[in-house]
Amino acid sequence: MGHVSTGKSYINEEPGLKSWFTSLDHKRIAILYFVAVMTFFLIGGIMALLLRLELFSPNTAGSVMEHIPNFLRKAGDTPADLYNQVMTYHGAMMVFMVIVPGIPAIFGNFFLPLQIGAKDVAFPRLNLLSWYVFMAGAALAVSTFFFSKIDTGWTFYTPYSIRSGTSVVMMVVAAFIMGMSSILTGLNFIVTVHKLRAPGMTMWRMPLFCWAIYSTAIIQVLATPILAITLLLLAMERTFGVGIFDPKLGGDPVLFQHFFWFYSHPAVYIMILPAMGIISELITTYSKKTIFGYTAIAYSSIGIAAVSFFVWGHHLFVSGQSEVAGIVFSFLTMLVGVPTAIKMFNWLATLYKGSIEFRAPLLYALGFLFLFAIGGMTGVILAVTAVDVHFHDTYFVVAHFHYVMVGGTLMAIMGGLFHWFPKIFGKMHSETGAIMSWVFIFIGFNVTFFPQFILGAKGMPRRYFDYIPEYEQLNKISTVGSWLIATGFIIALITVIKGLTSGAKAPKNPWGSKTLEWHAESPPIMHNFEQDPIVTAGPYEYK
Amino acid sequence: MNWLIVMNKLLLAKSAVAGTFMPVQATEISKQVDNLYGFLVVVSFVSCAILIGGMIYFAVKYKRKTQNDKTAYITHDTRLEVLWSVIPLIVFLLVFAWGWIIYHDMRTMPTNALEIQVTGKQWAWSVDYKNGVKASEVVVPVNRDVKLILASDDVIHSFYVPSFRIKQDAVPGRYTALWFRAEKLGEFHVFCTEYCGTSHSRMLTKLRVVSQADFDKWLTEESDVSGLPLAQRGAKIFQTRACASCHSVDSPVVKVGPSLKARWGTPLNVEDGTTGVFDENYVRESVMLPQQKIAKGFPKPSPMPSFQGQLSEAEMIALIEYIKGLN
Ligand code: HEC
Ligand SMILES: [Cu+2]
Repeated sequence: MGHVSTGKSYINEEPGLKSWFTSLDHKRIAILYFVAVMTFFLIGGIMALLLRLELFSPNTAGSVMEHIPNFLRKAGDTPADLYNQVMTYHGAMMVFMVIVPGIPAIFGNFFLPLQIGAKDVAFPRLNLLSWYVFMAGAALAVSTFFFSKIDTGWTFYTPYSIRSGTSVVMMVVAAFIMGMSSILTGLNFIVTVHKLRAPGMTMWRMPLFCWAIYSTAIIQVLATPILAITLLLLAMERTFGVGIFDPKLGGDPVLFQHFFWFYSHPAVYIMILPAMGIISELITTYSKKTIFGYTAIAYSSIGIAAVSFFVWGHHLFVSGQSEVAGIVFSFLTMLVGVPTAIKMFNWLATLYKGSIEFRAPLLYALGFLFLFAIGGMTGVILAVTAVDVHFHDTYFVVAHFHYVMVGGTLMAIMGGLFHWFPKIFGKMHSETGAIMSWVFIFIGFNVTFFPQFILGAKGMPRRYFDYIPEYEQLNKISTVGSWLIATGFIIALITVIKGLTSGAKAPKNPWGSKTLEWHAESPPIMHNFEQDPIVTAGPYEYK
Repeated sequence: MNWLIVMNKLLLAKSAVAGTFMPVQATEISKQVDNLYGFLVVVSFVSCAILIGGMIYFAVKYKRKTQNDKTAYITHDTRLEVLWSVIPLIVFLLVFAWGWIIYHDMRTMPTNALEIQVTGKQWAWSVDYKNGVKASEVVVPVNRDVKLILASDDVIHSFYVPSFRIKQDAVPGRYTALWFRAEKLGEFHVFCTEYCGTSHSRMLTKLRVVSQADFDKWLTEESDVSGLPLAQRGAKIFQTRACASCHSVDSPVVKVGPSLKARWGTPLNVEDGTTGVFDENYVRESVMLPQQKIAKGFPKPSPMPSFQGQLSEAEMIALIEYIKGLN
């Protein structure tokens, strides 16, 4: 492709702010998501810091929550209420507004079409609509903040969520709307993969990131409607008292848990599969080596997606569910462990005899493997019925899912960000800054969450505003860790801003990567490629 | 032979893990759970060591030397792939089956157990014995099968005794149950582990394991409160009705509700501005109809439950006598 760059790109081809909000270009929409999701991440992160600060010591001397400014609180809310609200918003925002949309809507939107050699997604207009729907839901969710904050936890368990005198209905409707956006995005991606692959780009030549986004999209389309109907039923229960979940009206509160986890367990894979896709890209690129076991990785994504629908009951071992159900769900959960293990070993084997370059994205990928190994194994521990009885709803679970969701997904987002930064923005960021951010986030993460495994083993329940004195030491360590993580993200933010404002111009392919997006300009032009690409080989031909 | 030594070391490591990081083992089941958990920790440690160790080893060994490094072109290796699918599967199935055996024990209620009714309510546990004794903590005899029948008055709670490694949700509208056989005398923490609102983290109580003789003595003493002076009877009711979980009596600390220390005879401070003093009738109204006069600075509706129809007149008088004595 020996043409001379015209300096035109998707960033400057159409001028003016308004053009961004009406653009149908998948890359611009990805940027819109990026800005929104990062803003929510910032808010959710500040809340996390607040929670950790509260837990720095037992609540004998007073509470951090008392310092929350008056306009953000309702008269009569005790510090414990405020803590419960912050805990709820932290969870709900991080799940529904950051981790679920994060990778598919940002990197999936930007790179799926580029990686399969398409000009855009299948339905560009629908893509923009998804963003507006998402923002509408998010705005509604955030607005509850100024009315009557919810305090149910992100899981909305009944009958507490029926009784709680807060704007549960509004929040639930918000999650419903955001779910709608998630379905639309998933649909768009599935059609894109089936219909818009460039000539020669067979399914089995797609980069693994596309496979991951594709599997995720299938789960999004199949599972999200269940969440939607569940939340709608909850809203109806609250407004009309239909008597499906409320025991006072003859309903069954545990039914809600079944419905909720029937979505939310597959949703765990909505959160982690795309991350795994990014990791495959990073490891091949920075070890300059073809991926080991391409087919196995692709099939294991599909396998995880399929089995993930049948394991929800492992959240209910102590809910009063029958012993038989407990056993069956424990068994099925073990089966999801296998494809996950396969992926881990494949990545390891990819490093073997590679030419490994220690750049920030690789460090994030190795950090992912490290944290995900721990998160995955503790997941197996929790899937063992008898052991879970002790650990259920303790800090062990909190540590476990932060290891997989933050240690997994967030590490992948950060790795992906520094990997694709030159492609997205056409500028180079500072490598030192990126590496420093990794050092703080990685170390801080372990300092924050490893002690929580021990706290859980010792029996400290989750969602506790206060705790008995014997848990103080470990909680202190955990809180200090949260400051390290915050430092890491501040460094990352500075690195990004400096890269944007004063980074050198990025070449087409700074890391010597093989996938198609690196054949486009940095940043790509409006319709991605100067000439429509024709694909003749697999994605990772490092020969 | 070498292998045996390694196994032995692992087993030692396993019990060390259990000893350091878990609460005391007060039941047979807790020992079994810890054995399995110890095994899982060792397995996790070994697999993480392989993965993370391998990763670090490769990363260092195959570090990029020049920009033109040639790398091996290895697309797959069926033997290896089968190996690393089958070995994890076997391990997973093993721990699954092991867990099943213990879980089956936990879920199978013994016959002839001492049955105690435990009810969760925002934010306290109330415990009912067969002979009519009401308590706010669970007292049980050592070395005897005990079955707790759990219920809830409002939202879902969960009854958790870390030292026994047992936990069971208390669900409104149905009964659930758990059993244990305590082997150690002493006091153990009981936590609520299903989020239930404002004072979820204060919904704690004690599980006291005593000898059979002490248990019998305690049970008769409790059922025979009629001989006690009025104020002492009031103090007991204040405990068993969980007033204490929301009101402090020995310091001015505000829990969910205001402290009741030294309030008797002081002027009222209520939202609707009514004047008057803190006297018998005010206490009675506060307890029976808590929504009538809400103390200043507390949420409306008041989180205090109404005790109308639950406290007898005699109990009310005893409570009032007790609160009087807090000055
Ligand atoms: C769930 C927590 C809770 C429980 C249990 C509870 N209270 Fe209260 N109580 C409150 C709150 C909150 C207030 C303040 C709001 C109000 O006036 O209703 C209060 C107010 C009072 C007052 C009035 C205090 C004042 O300063 O005006 C009295 C007296 C009182 N409670 C006694 C009791 C007694 C006796 C019991 C046990 C039978 C009890 N409470 C159980 C929460 C509780
Ligand atoms: Cu509770």
